[in-house]
Amino acid sequence: MVKRILSIAICIVVLIFVYSPILLLVVYSFTDSKMIGQWNGLSLALYGQLFRDERIMRILFNTVWLALAAAGLSTVLGTAGAIGIFYSRRRVAKPLLAVSQIPVINAEIVTAIALALLFSMTLLYRTYFSLIVGHMVLCTPFVLLSVMPKLKQMDPNTYEAALDLGASPSQALFKVVIPQIFSGIVSGFMLSITLSLDDYIVTAFTKPKLFDTISTYVYNAVKNGTNSSTPALRALSALIFIVMIVILLMINLRAQKPAAKRSTK
Amino acid sequence: MTRIHFSRKQLCIPYGLFLALFVVIPMLLILFYAFTEESDGAITFTFANFLNFFTSKAKLSTLLMSFTIAIISTALCLIIAYPVAYILARSRLKKRHVLLMLFVLPMWINFVLRITALRELLDLIGLLGTQNYLNTLIGMVYDFLPFMILPLYTTLEKLDNSYLEAAADLGGNQFTVFAKITFPLSMPGVISGVTMVFMPSMTNYVVSDTLSNFNITILGKLIDEYFTTYNNWHMGSMISIILLVVIFLTMLVTGGFRDSKQEARGANLW
Repeated sequence: MVKRILSIAICIVVLIFVYSPILLLVVYSFTDSKMIGQWNGLSLALYGQLFRDERIMRILFNTVWLALAAAGLSTVLGTAGAIGIFYSRRRVAKPLLAVSQIPVINAEIVTAIALALLFSMTLLYRTYFSLIVGHMVLCTPFVLLSVMPKLKQMDPNTYEAALDLGASPSQALFKVVIPQIFSGIVSGFMLSITLSLDDYIVTAFTKPKLFDTISTYVYNAVKNGTNSSTPALRALSALIFIVMIVILLMINLRAQKPAAKRSTK
Repeated sequence: MTRIHFSRKQLCIPYGLFLALFVVIPMLLILFYAFTEESDGAITFTFANFLNFFTSKAKLSTLLMSFTIAIISTALCLIIAYPVAYILARSRLKKRHVLLMLFVLPMWINFVLRITALRELLDLIGLLGTQNYLNTLIGMVYDFLPFMILPLYTTLEKLDNSYLEAAADLGGNQFTVFAKITFPLSMPGVISGVTMVFMPSMTNYVVSDTLSNFNITILGKLIDEYFTTYNNWHMGSMISIILLVVIFLTMLVTGGFRDSKQEARGANLW
């Protein structure tokens, strides 16, 4: 009994630690005050300011299209790479898999400056190209790592069977292989989106000068000491927290339902 | 209709080129920059950056301080995450997956926003601006805790109960069973958690900048400063190499380097 109470207490304390900053911001986003800790009654004024702030709206838009573009491209490149590596000889597959680990293990600042060194030698330094490539370097290996296990689980005979039955290699690929590894592709894509949305350091070293994502904008706002003078940012953070928590809970609870059904059989 | 002839193997060509161009070459460039210097447009090979780092008291103390912060925050993460992961994994709760979800969910929300939220909280309770080191440690733990909980949970959940029962049957008390069976068997989780937390604790300067009001310079920040403030890319590259060596040695000691980072990143939860 004591053990049980202690267990629950530990969980609650850690959850409070994890969620108290988020909760604080969400609560104080619903009042019209410059500072957190000063409650001026319930109000949606900050949200009004937020949606009228063209700059923040553009940054929000930038962040989302960057994540979608980087995740989409990474998913195509990483999936193709995974299939290619899976059917290649060890001599080819091994070094490719080893190099794939570099961006995964490497410190982000090192990845960032390495790309800055490369792009500074070209005309593409600090362009949308370098920015998207930077995000792809972060995301693609994770797509590969999500797809690889699905390829290994696949029955290798199905591809051969499709060819025997008259399918062309590309038909066999799109109608037989891809559907079987699709769940891996989807999780690679989702993971890429969250990695891209979360990134600060690589973005800071590869982005065009006047381009900002939420990460770079908020970091610079803190740096320039304008954080507290733009309460609209508080509404933005609160909104992102709420939206993300709802989306993530929905995805994960839905994903668990079939599994739960299976286990009750 | 023309049929496109390609073999499945060839699909790895674009990916291979991508890795060569944007991963391998950039890393070689760091190595090149680290051991060269530029004067009057002429690039010469040199060990000066290396010697400069190890003879500069300021840089060495940054390295030491950064290393200490990383060790302490990794240890704190482990101390907090282990009981949570253990409770979740060993409980017979039907909804424990949902509960786990609650603990690791923040890792999918933009960390700059979460750290800024934490900054507001620390400001409210009067720590901001007075306790720079403490705030940085709190921030690192706050940011990286899910990356420690997840791999620990995964290994603890897979743990075969019969080992624990056998140990108990053979007369081991609860503490002995934990110390001699549970903990050693959970080492793979501990190692991948440590790997996930240690490196960003040495390099993620957004956390230290935001929570110390730009007063604490960790090693990652030093690299950033040499690139953006001092405009000395050669020294910046050398510090990156030293950082990688420090991390490599630490991983060697802890027996890290397992490709479980993707697992820790929560790929399997999607």
